[in-house]
Amino acid sequence: MAIIVVEVMLKPEILDPQGQAVASALPRLGFTFAKSVRQGKRFEIEVDGEPTHAQLEEIEKAAHTLLSNPVIENFVVKVEK
Amino acid sequence: MRIGVVTFPGSLDDRSALRAIELAGGTPVPLFHGTNDLKEVQAVVLPGGFSYGDYLRCGAISRFSPIMESIILAAEHGFPVLGICNGFQILCESHLLPGALTRNADLHFICADQRVSVENTDTPWTRGYTKGQEIVIPIKNGEGSFQCSDETLQELEDEGRVVLRYVGKNPNGSRNSIAGISNKRGNVVGVMPHPEQAIEHLTGPSEDGLNFFSSILKEMVGR
Repeated sequence: MAIIVVEVMLKPEILDPQGQAVASALPRLGFTFAKSVRQGKRFEIEVDGEPTHAQLEEIEKAAHTLLSNPVIENFVVKVEK
Repeated sequence: MRIGVVTFPGSLDDRSALRAIELAGGTPVPLFHGTNDLKEVQAVVLPGGFSYGDYLRCGAISRFSPIMESIILAAEHGFPVLGICNGFQILCESHLLPGALTRNADLHFICADQRVSVENTDTPWTRGYTKGQEIVIPIKNGEGSFQCSDETLQELEDEGRVVLRYVGKNPNGSRNSIAGISNKRGNVVGVMPHPEQAIEHLTGPSEDGLNFFSSILKEMVGR
């Protein structure tokens, strides 16, 4: 069994008010290390056995059509064991 | 004149939209997300609400419903479509309109009577207004911030496709204070404010929204 991970992030030029809110909450709790914070989404997709090349291509397609909105977001696909 | 309103799981303003069509003098036709039957309507309204719980992204899942397949195909051939709030989000996810709606800049859900100016009166939904006319209709959303690339923004402005613009303070961080846009052809219009909630003084802040529905009816009779 493997997990295919799709990580979706807002494009750098798109305003991320949620990330900004997190960034301004951190110092209030004494965490002063963060220069900025961006918030994204992570999808974990379970497949039987080793993911095939065809499966990964399908996932790329799914990430492009459903999991992300290419107008405002970028995504990366990774495999975890 | 038959005008359809689609009910998705989680739609809220479908009944208000049906009522607005009736008040404007049309025949409202309820449509359902789960079939691709447009029931011979001559135009369609995608109402506000939280279709599919806004899961994933607002409008992202509704965009793949059977009724949207019919609507996308028809819209590409000039069929008039008005998306209000969640309907606007669905139109952007469907790529019938450019850009996307994202979280309001201050993260608040905003519910307020909003002054907007009607900037494009060359669409079947806004022909009853005069260019530059200021109207007051409610906004009520958490994800109403219109975002797009610089090139798209330039194109929208150059081609006069900004339909509504917020007047005064920008409530949600939308680029160029954009509250509504149209596609190139003008048949597809998406607006964040709710014209269907401003159709009579008993229930809304004004009657300014009714003209969206009278405009389309007039347009259809003229054909």
